[in-house]
Amino acid sequence: MNMMLANAKPASATLGLCDVDIHPRAQSRHAFDPWLSAEMRHRMHTYGLRPRHGYVRGTPFPKSQPLASRRDAWTPQGGSPASDLAFFREQHLDHYGIDVGLLNPLQPSGQGDTNDGFSAAMAHAVNEWQLAEWVVPEPRLRASIVVPYEDPEASAREIRKRAGNPRFSQVLLMSRTSMPLGNPRYWPIYEAAQEAGLPVGIHAFGYSGWAMTNGGWPSFYIEEVSEHATSCQSLLISMVVEGVFERFPRLKIVLIECGMAWLPSVAWRLDKIYPSLRCEVPHLKRKPSEYIRDHVWVSTQPIEEPERPEHLRDTMEWIGWDKILYASDYPHWDFDDPRLSIPNWLPAETRAAIYGGNARAVYGW
Amino acid sequence: MRGFEGAIDADLHPMVPGLDALRPHLEPFWADSIDQRGLEGFESQSYPPTAPRTVRADWRPQGRFPGLAEMQAWLDQTGAAIGILNPIYGVQLIFNPDMNRAFTAGLNNWVRAEWLERDTRLRASIVLPNETEHAVAEIERLAPDRRFVQAMRLVMGEIPHGRRTHWPIYAALEKHGLPLCLHAGSAYRHPVTSLGWVSWYMEDVAAQQQAFQSAVASLITEGVFVQFPGLRVVLAESGVSWLPAFLWRMSKGWKGVRFEIPWQAEPPAETVRRHIRLTAQPFDAPDEAAAQLLGHLGSQELMLWASDFPHWNYDGLPSLPPGVDREKFLRGNAAALYHRLERVPA
Amino acid sequence: MKHVVAEVAAIPAGARHVTEAGGKRIVIYNLGGEFFALADRCPHQGASLSAGQIMGHVCSTAPGQYDYARRGEVVRCPWHAWEFDIRTGKSFFDPRRVKTRAYDAHVECGELLAAESFSVAVENSYVVVEV
Repeated sequence: MNMMLANAKPASATLGLCDVDIHPRAQSRHAFDPWLSAEMRHRMHTYGLRPRHGYVRGTPFPKSQPLASRRDAWTPQGGSPASDLAFFREQHLDHYGIDVGLLNPLQPSGQGDTNDGFSAAMAHAVNEWQLAEWVVPEPRLRASIVVPYEDPEASAREIRKRAGNPRFSQVLLMSRTSMPLGNPRYWPIYEAAQEAGLPVGIHAFGYSGWAMTNGGWPSFYIEEVSEHATSCQSLLISMVVEGVFERFPRLKIVLIECGMAWLPSVAWRLDKIYPSLRCEVPHLKRKPSEYIRDHVWVSTQPIEEPERPEHLRDTMEWIGWDKILYASDYPHWDFDDPRLSIPNWLPAETRAAIYGGNARAVYGW
Repeated sequence: MRGFEGAIDADLHPMVPGLDALRPHLEPFWADSIDQRGLEGFESQSYPPTAPRTVRADWRPQGRFPGLAEMQAWLDQTGAAIGILNPIYGVQLIFNPDMNRAFTAGLNNWVRAEWLERDTRLRASIVLPNETEHAVAEIERLAPDRRFVQAMRLVMGEIPHGRRTHWPIYAALEKHGLPLCLHAGSAYRHPVTSLGWVSWYMEDVAAQQQAFQSAVASLITEGVFVQFPGLRVVLAESGVSWLPAFLWRMSKGWKGVRFEIPWQAEPPAETVRRHIRLTAQPFDAPDEAAAQLLGHLGSQELMLWASDFPHWNYDGLPSLPPGVDREKFLRGNAAALYHRLERVPA
Repeated sequence: MKHVVAEVAAIPAGARHVTEAGGKRIVIYNLGGEFFALADRCPHQGASLSAGQIMGHVCSTAPGQYDYARRGEVVRCPWHAWEFDIRTGKSFFDPRRVKTRAYDAHVECGELLAAESFSVAVENSYVVVEV
């Protein structure tokens, strides 16, 4: 267990600390059985998940720590990080005094599975599991609507099924999809999300099936970590240029665990090239940076740590102080401690907005 | 107005009007292949010939590509002392390795005969064939001509640039003191995003920004600059403003994941500042952010001025980003990088 | 000031032991019979180093080469995995500026400690830390 001061809640979380990125994990793949049909249980336990890569266990780029998690997040009984609600409460929610925590289940969620039917069945099961095991017993938590995003119509059905249930705060997508997320193929998801008044949280990861860079496959995990930023840049560019925000003017996007410091450079590049390309994209009625400004929020983690802190301030100012949401990424290794990761030279009201005010505004908490 | 008098223009493009222009510079078998097989040309989707960005309207006389005369007029107008040619013609698209080698050599021959021979201000990149041994051979063939000042590949190839399969190329470049230029564009062995193919050319243009990040990540993590401490790399047409955030992320990751790439013994940002330069056209930042961005870059020695003629990035003459050290930006950084520029008479 | 941490036998080779001394939380490591004490706090975001894994140090002069030595002498912070030299508390990536505090730790026999009024068994040996 960590040595920490007893009161670990940051002083400036005056509106209440909100954490928009928590990864609950099922201890066993049988955790989803109660909500899967016999056929899907058979598939799960015979063939398993079949993402767009070849590994049965683990991930194509092995992590630098087991389960990519903090070493101290394994439960006292030896269970996987974030698999036990009681220990999670103690180590995270209670420890930091978190008022609202948003769950983003990662694998095994079935998202991005090559089998659409299985992905849809798992989405339903994972959503039920979030409610039963986490959100209903723990009122501080909110769930994300996991959807089988490679089947957008099925995704829209899952969203509509959950819409109106205040325990679900957003729709969850992964960043590496088989086509860029702005492609009209995915628009039924945005239509349903906008209709339900729900933001769409896009979390780094997933496996698109394409090489992880536009110049080929990386070799190293540290390269892959770098690639999360570029993949998120690509999906954001796609959403802007395809006109998603023109078509869905009330849609809100939260980019989670993608890094944030790159956001201004993408907005600037798009603004720079737009005048010479307007004739190609008459469906865009505004400058690209305006779409980004109005529709996109970013979570802090993994927060960039420039050599000179004022450089981070510049960057956050360019992004917009109201666009930045604190995220811990519990229980992962590159977790950001809320007390220490948000710079304390920011004014108190700015820190309060990052710690909770902005998230409450986006998610309606 | 000659506001760039004495400057070194690090990125200009001799536009190939068509395969006929290359014909006299190809080996006979390949020259004859053009008609035998009905080859149409290797214009690349990265720069569609009739797209407005590919050639600025006032540089497109009577609808054709600008030629030497137009480029010379441009050099007269800016007052640049030296112009470095990066020939962009999609020879890298060719899958047949021997056809790729032949047409790449033909392209280099054309640049030498039709451009370098005709204006002493001009220098050029050796366009590299795709296969490693072909690329090494092409370097050895052309390096003796000191008007070739670097070697060029497209930033988006088949295999990331750091990978060991490329290393004989880097050994040859280090031996000859030639920088490697990674230029915007794709060989389209992969879609321009890690998420698949894009719908709009605007996305393709934007995607260069991601490509350069991936290229630098590969060069650093694979230890290219540890293995080849004399190698320098130029990133051409990258946009520049992505670099600080990328370095912050990579340096932070390195502190904890260093053990995966133990040959990288210093923070990645230091390696980049020593070994990598960027042409500053396009420059993706508004004037009001430029001064701060330069501070984030942390060095006045990273950028090389370039006009990017005839690509359409600006109207009129290019402007300097506010806050740059004018001497270093326009001339000094390039002079320090391109050793061969010292020796060839002006 | 001297603090008696534990009997030597309680911290076998390769083990770690967390204690409080002088108001500070300290982790003791036994490297082949030698004892080292570090502040149990990563200088980055304050994680407990005692929860971190131990490994050796890999360095390299060329890509593809992995020169692995000093097994058991490197602790990686349980969070962001920064590597610290157990013998000195210094990080490997920036030993000059990034480190956790290292305290003097050594073994003293019970007899001497008893003479200094520590309540110990005179026949045992103890790990002692200067904080």
